[in-house]
Amino acid sequence: MDVQFLTYLFVGGSFALYIGIAIWSRAGSTKEFYVAGGGVSPLANGAATAADWMSAASFISMAGIIAFAGYDASVYLMGWTGGYVLLAMLLAPYLRKFGKFTVPDFIGDRYYSNVARTVAVICVIFVSFTYVAGQMRGVGIVFARFLEVDVNTGVVIGMAIVFFYAVLGGMKGITYTQVAQYCVLIFAFLVPAVFLSIMMTGHVLPQTGFGATVLDAAGNDTGVYLLDRLDQIVQDLGFGAYTDGSKSTIDVFFITAALMCGTAGLPHVIVRFFTVPTVRDARISAGWALFFIALLYTTAPAVGAFARTNLIETVNNAEYQQLPDWFYNWENSGLIGWLDKNNDGRVQMAAGDPFKGAPTFAGSREEATGPVGQRVITNTPTDNGSEIYVDRDIMVLANPEIGNLPAWVIALVAAGGVAAALSTAAGLLLVISSAVSHDLLKKTLKPNISEKQELLAARLAAVVAIIIAGYFGINPPGFVAQVVAFAFGLAAASFFPVILMGIFYKRMNKEGAIAGMAVGLAFTFCYIVYFKFVAPEMNTAAHWLFGVSPEGIGTVGMILNFIVALVVSRVTAPPPEHIQHIVEDIRVPRGSGAAHAH
Amino acid sequence: MREENARAYWAANVKLILSYLVVWFVVSYGCGILLADALNNIQFFGFKLGFWFAQQGSIYVFLVLIVMYARSMNKLDRKFDVHEE
Repeated sequence: MDVQFLTYLFVGGSFALYIGIAIWSRAGSTKEFYVAGGGVSPLANGAATAADWMSAASFISMAGIIAFAGYDASVYLMGWTGGYVLLAMLLAPYLRKFGKFTVPDFIGDRYYSNVARTVAVICVIFVSFTYVAGQMRGVGIVFARFLEVDVNTGVVIGMAIVFFYAVLGGMKGITYTQVAQYCVLIFAFLVPAVFLSIMMTGHVLPQTGFGATVLDAAGNDTGVYLLDRLDQIVQDLGFGAYTDGSKSTIDVFFITAALMCGTAGLPHVIVRFFTVPTVRDARISAGWALFFIALLYTTAPAVGAFARTNLIETVNNAEYQQLPDWFYNWENSGLIGWLDKNNDGRVQMAAGDPFKGAPTFAGSREEATGPVGQRVITNTPTDNGSEIYVDRDIMVLANPEIGNLPAWVIALVAAGGVAAALSTAAGLLLVISSAVSHDLLKKTLKPNISEKQELLAARLAAVVAIIIAGYFGINPPGFVAQVVAFAFGLAAASFFPVILMGIFYKRMNKEGAIAGMAVGLAFTFCYIVYFKFVAPEMNTAAHWLFGVSPEGIGTVGMILNFIVALVVSRVTAPPPEHIQHIVEDIRVPRGSGAAHAH
Repeated sequence: MREENARAYWAANVKLILSYLVVWFVVSYGCGILLADALNNIQFFGFKLGFWFAQQGSIYVFLVLIVMYARSMNKLDRKFDVHEE
């Protein structure tokens, strides 16, 4: 059976599964719609959190980013996992005890203020929309690559699927589809990785193969460690050593901290812990979530190192006409581009970009063919020796072909990529719709609407959110790609400190919390906007505050938030008695069931 | 009395959190970032140790920390009689 047919079969089969789950798990009440009735097992919630958390970027791009950045990419590995430790110890159990539906719910109640609630709603919507636009685009791209449909058609198909289970099932439908999506995506990620590991090192586990000796083409042990070999070959080409960083230590420190605290502060992650039955479950559920995430996150750096080694050894200095088929296939889809600067018919790799930007081709391979059959590139060459452009996404997408794996593995990777993008998009859309229907409508504007009306409003808000997200997916504003990474910095500078102090510092009052959030958010936002949009030419270490890049500035914003909040709360009145009782109550687990009565 | 018990429970919890967060900080920010260059002189199987902590070791330790915290808290909940029914 050919790849195309198998891909349709796998992706179509997974869609049928998701829709089946959606019909089975329809939401009948607001509690089911917002928090899946609060009855999700910690194991299922862990898998759903993992799928919610790992987006198309984690699935497709991360291993490639690591492959090209080496040690520098450690910020993502530590930052996007270490946040779960904070979540398990500092936030999730107490928010579960609090027992409401959303993050603005907690902020509004704890700080006895609709201003604080509204600020939180605005942050939730802003952070979630920047994030979800990238996801819808991701759905479209995965479709386009594997199913040969237009990117926009892909976005519309993705919208229709999410529409079905998010609007019908709410959190309940999303949770159980996310569990299924996790299974699909982790299987799709691990299978090629295991094959690649066996091929390169003879180890079944990529995590140990990563630190093992390399096998030669005949399968004999060369006695050289993979990472030593990789360090050697990248340095021979003029790059820095793979296991050494190029970023300054302070910047790595601040970026990691921003990603960790941002992870712990992201509303679509926090809200998942409202769905488990008890406080005890919330703690261990964070452990399950990290376990499921770690399966992918400890495999990805191994895949990165395998793929980089393999790519260089296969391609560098090879005659173009002798290259394996996958090279031509990805050149056809524009993800690889070769510009034979010295006209020797061989592909040379070197540090630096071969030309500016992504390759523009003069025409298809048939229309514009170079001397040895390559596609003709019209970009202006740079004056270094580098001749080849490789899109980082190839590191995951091409693995099955590089490892000569059967066609069904390629189809599986397609289904995995779609699952990763859809699960994250659905989680974000739910957070947006509940922020609108619950926090804005029910809690602020129209407190006396019935539950039925609120549920209808939640469904309508989900519909509107999907349409807006789809619009951004089809017409991506230029800033989306730039901004997604900053969602973490903004979450770290706004939600994380306010929630943390709301639990651990009884004396924190509304004045302190609002001032802290406003300062942290405004500072981080302005710093990012300045260096990314107003004066991008100034975006170098020399101009950064304390040498911290815009990616890491969320940590500084968070520290400012803490300081401002503490100072302001000291000089203003303490929170009222009943608020202090709420804080005392969320600190002890007993009675978690009762807190649900609204 | 009940209030005192709740206060003691909370103090024990905060102490537990702080001790686990020290480990959390040391493996990631310590071994993986601040001390990475020094640790890279040590070979750990085929890895430089600092690099291993940054890309593998810290994640394993995070996982162990969460599981240990969840278990310690279950014990603490019972000891102070604040566990859920």
